[in-house]
Amino acid sequence: MELAGGIVQRALEAGATDAECLLVEGEEFSASVRLCELERLKQAGSRAAGLRVLIGQRSGSSYSSDLSPAGLQRMVDSAVAAARITSEDPHAGLPRPQELGARSDDLQLYHQDVAALAAQEKIELARRCERAALDLDPRISNSEGAAFGSSWRRQVLANSRGFQGEYKTSSCSLYAVPVAQADGQMQRDFWYTISHSLAGLDPPESVGRQAAQRALRRLGAVKVPTARVPVVFEPRTARALLQNIFDAVNGDAIYRQASFLAGKLGQTVAAPEVTIVDDGTMPAGFGTSPFDDEGAPTRRTPVIENGILHSYLLNTYTARKLGLQTTGNASRGLTGNPGIGPGNFYLQPGSHRPDQILASVEEGLYVTELIGFGVNLVTGDYSQGAVGLWIRHGQPVFPVHEVTVAGNLSQMLRDIEMIGSDLEFRGPIASPTLKIREMTVGGI
Amino acid sequence: MFLRDRFNITERDLDRYLGEALAAGGEYADIYFEYISTTSLSLDESLIKSATEGIAAGCGVRVLSGERTGYAYTDALEPDRILQAARLAAHIASGPSQVDRVSVERRPGTHDLYPIVGTPPQLAEKMELLLRADRAARAVDARIFQVRAGYADETRYVLVASSDGRLAEDLQPLTRLSVLALAREGANIQRGMDGGGGRVSLEFFRASRTPEDFAREAARQALVQLEAADAPAGEMTVVLGPGWPGILLHEAVGHGLEADFNRKKVSAFSGLLGRQVASPLCTVVDDGTLAGRRGSLNVDDEGHPTSRTVLIEKGILKAYLQDHLSSRLLGAVPTGNGRRESYRHVPLPRMTNTFLLAGQDDPADIIRSVDRGLYCATFGGGQVDITSGKFVFSASESYLIEGGRITRPLRNATLIGNGPDVMTKVTMVGHDLKLDHGVGVCGKEGQSIPVGVGIPTIKIERLTVGGVG
Repeated sequence: MELAGGIVQRALEAGATDAECLLVEGEEFSASVRLCELERLKQAGSRAAGLRVLIGQRSGSSYSSDLSPAGLQRMVDSAVAAARITSEDPHAGLPRPQELGARSDDLQLYHQDVAALAAQEKIELARRCERAALDLDPRISNSEGAAFGSSWRRQVLANSRGFQGEYKTSSCSLYAVPVAQADGQMQRDFWYTISHSLAGLDPPESVGRQAAQRALRRLGAVKVPTARVPVVFEPRTARALLQNIFDAVNGDAIYRQASFLAGKLGQTVAAPEVTIVDDGTMPAGFGTSPFDDEGAPTRRTPVIENGILHSYLLNTYTARKLGLQTTGNASRGLTGNPGIGPGNFYLQPGSHRPDQILASVEEGLYVTELIGFGVNLVTGDYSQGAVGLWIRHGQPVFPVHEVTVAGNLSQMLRDIEMIGSDLEFRGPIASPTLKIREMTVGGI
Repeated sequence: MFLRDRFNITERDLDRYLGEALAAGGEYADIYFEYISTTSLSLDESLIKSATEGIAAGCGVRVLSGERTGYAYTDALEPDRILQAARLAAHIASGPSQVDRVSVERRPGTHDLYPIVGTPPQLAEKMELLLRADRAARAVDARIFQVRAGYADETRYVLVASSDGRLAEDLQPLTRLSVLALAREGANIQRGMDGGGGRVSLEFFRASRTPEDFAREAARQALVQLEAADAPAGEMTVVLGPGWPGILLHEAVGHGLEADFNRKKVSAFSGLLGRQVASPLCTVVDDGTLAGRRGSLNVDDEGHPTSRTVLIEKGILKAYLQDHLSSRLLGAVPTGNGRRESYRHVPLPRMTNTFLLAGQDDPADIIRSVDRGLYCATFGGGQVDITSGKFVFSASESYLIEGGRITRPLRNATLIGNGPDVMTKVTMVGHDLKLDHGVGVCGKEGQSIPVGVGIPTIKIERLTVGGVG
């Protein structure tokens, strides 16, 4: 904390009129096994600093992994030099003092049990996870392995408007990637568990089995004829849709009019059942923190309420551009100006069990994996590669691959017909199962 | 050179670090030092809104024992921290040291592919490139209402030493300029993007392609898209234009030929060496030795010289892309494809510049031969599932072909296919091989690295197009 404050002070002495310093340090560990043999072990620690300065309305930034006095001086000098040549931007600047602050409640982001576990035991967790996958069925004949990863990270932020804050997070995760083989076809899938604490992880055997079941149910996959049908996204793929919606309410895209949701505040943009919330304050959440990366306290922001676009997600800069208030979503790495990141961004669960949603489909696609980058946020045009199960008379009947699902996000939001009750967080963005009335499935 | 001057590393220090790494019985160790300085600038709304300079330095120690890898890194480059990293990496093995003494020796380099970095240009000079791009894009048409441009460069100093005596150093420049333009007509807003660069100096943007070239191309694409109709859905004939659409090879073939996947037999191409995997018209090459190219390197990140590897020759699968570990386990020759994002990452077999060699056909004849199909001029990103072989990529500029002629522009076309299958359906190959302009980024196991792609105009008899129409 003193180091960050000291860097801010040095920047002011070097001619900055405002300064903000972010210090990050942490350690990472990962162990992977393949076919039950240890394959890779990695461990390391690191720290680095990022600095943003303003000279009037011009901003410049720099970063360094060299935190020696000479390294820090160099970092300060280059940020100040950069700020002397960038453009005057009337909206540039740090948050106002009254916008700064940190939540003081216990957010449960750091748990001692992660670091306390010995390397040998972490390897054993990965081994148990993969073995459960391999043992489930003889068709699970190969594996890309399983891995346990853990890390902790401490983040310190200080600025010249009096803000100083820090917090620490821990994280651990476990995943398996089994390969299933039958009749000359090979399919892989994966499953994982992630938590701030060791105690919060799913049992390794259940992760391994789930991964194996997912790979097995893809065996025998075929292409289907091109058709317009209802499409159900399971939570893992529905989450990717929520990520697209997050990107579309990101203030940077909004002020540039590079989003199909720009200019739609207060308008109906989704089906009336749709409520989407961003909440940076949920205890133990993956998108939780006491303050954002500019020192504004995190909060709960309803983004879409009963189908009506209620708020964009903003940092100080985009809020000023749009004449609004920051929503505490500033997010930055060590370099450059802050961007915008999610708190815990999710679609509020509905009342339907996932099997009830499938039961409502006469003929359609249940999407279990999406691949590619076919989303255009400017227009909302959407066309992604998909893997899944074909639904007939409410039942999954055979696996499908090498098809696309296409539509337009703006229409897809309005066409959300059913929302599942199965909301579960495995990252900062989450969604329950959801059904879209009709999309184009491209195949034969 | 630089690292030894700056960090005061001698051959003797390297011998000691590697000796420590092998003290627990590992069979092979290497140590990778890296010092990167970067600059990035961004322009938005005709303003230079951000300018960042920075430094990252560190070293990573790797120990191999059979198929096992131990890896540790540190960004504190004091000898005791490096020795500690060496001991952490050494944990992967257990037993007495199998190596008497490590002695590294520098060998003369085989390539000299990029300009030596002299006095770095001033920030203001780089800024001017962005301001020029902004003016040029806006001057194309009044409907261009938003322009964003970005400039980034890095200078990467690397030193790799290995327990089998290799010692290599390299100084790698990398520069990139990109422009995004938005065009508006009523409520219809469309985007266009272009960019380029390579392992080049700022001179590239004067002599080869100027900021105006990138800006006009981005603006042109956005304006074309204003007129575009929804793409169709279903199987049809697809013609890929030359250059960046080479991303098809990268996704459909390249990743599946990386040796780690094949060693583990999890690739759709596993066990197919010597077999027909493409039409006889197809010869696919990965070449890290092209001067100034974004995917090129004098030495890879394990200290092996890069090379030109023929992956597929007249349709027959000839070779995989090797890194040190896979070549050791497979008894193959390293191809200089061991690459990593940074000192925080283990090297993996990766592509460099991957392209399809030119054929005999006139591009105009290729289009004329199609009664109804899709012509793809530019792509966005792509992705592949290497196990099932399924790949997708998204066309950012495509057109309908009707009666042998390119007619109207289309939007929202994603192509999906099967890697080992798609290249067998190539029925015409143009004589117009082009490499991309130098913006490619490839991701694998969370590591991003710069790559190049290239392709002549080709005709694929059948491929699934995923539009809405």
